[in-house]
Amino acid sequence: MPHDHLSPSGHPYRKDDDHPLTYWQQMEIAVRELLVEKGVTTPADIAAEIDAMDSRSPANGAAVVARAWTDPTFRKALLKDASAATRAMGFDIGALHLIAVENTADIHNIIVCTLCSCYPRNLLGLPPDWYKSRAYRSRTVREPRKILAEFGVTLPQTTTIRVHDSTADMRYVVIPARPAGTDDWSEQQLANLVTRDSMIGTGLPKTPGA
Amino acid sequence: MPDRTYLRVRADMPPGHVRTPAYLRGKTGWIERELGEFPNPEERAYGHPGQNSPLLRVRFTMGELWGAGAENPDDTLDAEIYGHWLQAAEPPHAP
Repeated sequence: MPHDHLSPSGHPYRKDDDHPLTYWQQMEIAVRELLVEKGVTTPADIAAEIDAMDSRSPANGAAVVARAWTDPTFRKALLKDASAATRAMGFDIGALHLIAVENTADIHNIIVCTLCSCYPRNLLGLPPDWYKSRAYRSRTVREPRKILAEFGVTLPQTTTIRVHDSTADMRYVVIPARPAGTDDWSEQQLANLVTRDSMIGTGLPKTPGA
Repeated sequence: MPDRTYLRVRADMPPGHVRTPAYLRGKTGWIERELGEFPNPEERAYGHPGQNSPLLRVRFTMGELWGAGAENPDDTLDAEIYGHWLQAAEPPHAP
C-alpha cells in the first residue's frame, strides 16, 4: 500500500515530529487539560504566562550590570540583596531569591545547577540549552577551567575560580568586571557590552571596539 | 581564616528526592552565608508542606572535593545545603 504514505499533494508523508511524545510531554498535556477542564486555570492565563516569560531576556540583566558598574550605591545594594535591588530598579522578578556575585581582578564566578537547571529566568529569560546539558552540569563542578577554555575564556592560575552550584532556593547572576576603556561610557552603552554568557560566567563582556 | 565555621555534609545516601548533591556528601566546607529558613524540599516533593529548615551557603575548596584531581585546589565551590544535612566539623587538614 505505498499510496498510504503519500500526502494529498503526492509528496511522501512526514509527520510533524520525528519522535512520538515522551512520557513527560504527554503528562504535561494531560495535566494542563485537566486543570483547564476543572477551571483551575484557563488557556488565556497560560498564554499570558508564556508571553511574560518570553518578554524577559538577558537585556534585563545587562541593565542591572551596567547600573552596578556606574552607580556604587546600587552596586553595594545589589551585592547585599540582589532581589530587592533589581525589584527597586523596576524588574518584576516574582518570588525570585537572587544573589549577585561579582568578578574582580582576582576572582571569576561561574554558575551551574548540577541537580536540574535552575536559572534566574525571571531576570534573564530562558536558559540556553547547553546550560541544561548533563555535560555542562557535571563537568563545571569538576573542571571549570576546562569548561571556561572551551567557551574561549582562559584564566591564569592566579585567578580564583568560584563555582556556584544552584542547589536549592537561590538563583545567581554574575556581575562581570567592567571592561577597560569605558570610563566615559553611558549606562546604556555599557549595557550593550554585557552578554548572557558573561552573566552566567562562561563568558566575558564585549570590549570596546570588539 | 580563624573565624570560619566549618561544617561537614552528612555522608548518607537516602532514597527519594534530595537536594544535597552526592559529590558533596562527606565533604567539609565553611559557611559562606546564612540564607534564612526554607521549607524542606525532601518533604515538599511528596506533597507535604515541608518544615522550615535553615539554608546555608557552604564553600568548599576544589582540593577538598577532588583531591589530587582538582584543576586548582584553591578554586572553590559554593552550594546551598539545608541545615539537617550539616554537622559541626574541624577544619580539614592542609594538603
